[in-house]
Amino acid sequence: MSERPPVKDWATDWDHLDRRWVEDPFPIWDEMRRKCPIAHTGRFMGVYLPTRYEDVRAVAYDTEHFSSRRVIVRETPPPRVPAPPITSDPPEHRPARMVLLPPFTPDAMKRIEPRARAIANELIDKFIARGTCDAAVEYAQEIPVRVIAHMLGLPEEDGDLYRKWIKAILVDGITDNSVLMPAVGEMTHYFMGHVLERIDKPGDDLISYLATAKFNGQPMGEEFVVGALRLLLIAGIDTTWSGIGSCIWHLARTPEDRRRLVAEPSLMPTAIEEFLRAYAPVTMAREVVKETQINGCTFKPGQMVMLSFPAANRDPDMFEDADKVVIDRKENRHAAFGLGIHRCVGSNLARMEMTVAVEELLKRIPEFSLAGDVKWSEGTVRGPRRLPIEFR
Amino acid sequence: MAKTATLKVRVDRDKCQGHNRCKALAPELFELDEYGNAREKGDGTVPPGLEEKAYLARSNCPEFAIEIVET
Repeated sequence: MSERPPVKDWATDWDHLDRRWVEDPFPIWDEMRRKCPIAHTGRFMGVYLPTRYEDVRAVAYDTEHFSSRRVIVRETPPPRVPAPPITSDPPEHRPARMVLLPPFTPDAMKRIEPRARAIANELIDKFIARGTCDAAVEYAQEIPVRVIAHMLGLPEEDGDLYRKWIKAILVDGITDNSVLMPAVGEMTHYFMGHVLERIDKPGDDLISYLATAKFNGQPMGEEFVVGALRLLLIAGIDTTWSGIGSCIWHLARTPEDRRRLVAEPSLMPTAIEEFLRAYAPVTMAREVVKETQINGCTFKPGQMVMLSFPAANRDPDMFEDADKVVIDRKENRHAAFGLGIHRCVGSNLARMEMTVAVEELLKRIPEFSLAGDVKWSEGTVRGPRRLPIEFR
Repeated sequence: MAKTATLKVRVDRDKCQGHNRCKALAPELFELDEYGNAREKGDGTVPPGLEEKAYLARSNCPEFAIEIVET
């Protein structure tokens, strides 16, 4: 990433690509929440940033003034790349969402879980004898890539391609459209081929399901199917990779939590929800389409809003001991998967993958610790991209 | 002697967005439809001993979609 002009003031000139933000955004958000709970920056052509849970919620619920047609804050206005339903507003949003929901219910995830466990163990087999590994690259990253390929009915080896496109779209493409567009083009071409194939000869995979799906008796059309596939790939890999990585990062440096989870495996669901709260990987965005006011702040049309679910999840007005990770937290209305009509369609998949990843790792390697510098991602999905651990 | 209150849970279907927290925490009280959205089981009556689970489900719903009434 290019060098960025130094931030003069977090309340009026913030930059989520700033080195300090990438390393540790939490103190920055805490300061904003106290001093200027809806901050603004002139960078990226103007973006608002609410950091309080209540304000994030208000924006997420208000689809009249805040559109999802742009969901990523970029340096230059991007060419429109629809990925329904995440980029859809009412009324188009609903049919797209209804079609996408059934393959991602908890019951549907139970059918995929055995393959996810097998993948986790195949990955552990590769590094366990070494006594050390990069848990971000060799483990956390591989699980969602392989699971989504499995669900789509595509070769798991195509994961290298997916990672290349995602990096171009979510990282390098944020500041460079010349990187973004070829990646989107390649991805669209790749999926279109598979979709046309499945329309002719459907199997029991997710591409076939989407290719043949109907809403009110009407087929959804190839454009929709390819757009939805783009979404599943873009939204389903970096995010869960980050979620799994943050769990492992926390457990590597918090032996008391790790040992407690090994001793009390029934705590796992609560612990996973707490990791989702404390280290929520995903920040979305909206475009202001009609002027409005929230909490005394005027939102001007044409500007963007960063919808920081991670910042909302650290709001002390909403969560007791918001800055502490409490793996048996009783009350936890975290917003890691968003709030309102755009609740992450893959939330049950993400939870299943995170649970499987942590459980299988703890079963085989109950004792591990950090073994070097951790590198965090840049952009709007936050998680470790290098995570050296040792377990001798 | 005061009659012990019976609790009833109810999911507001307009508010529910399918986070699935209630079903995960209290599968005895909630079920999901084919889209993964929640509804109360039966008429929502909370059997004795499950009151705490009902409150837990309510306080973990990110959409504030669960109501508990005493009958």
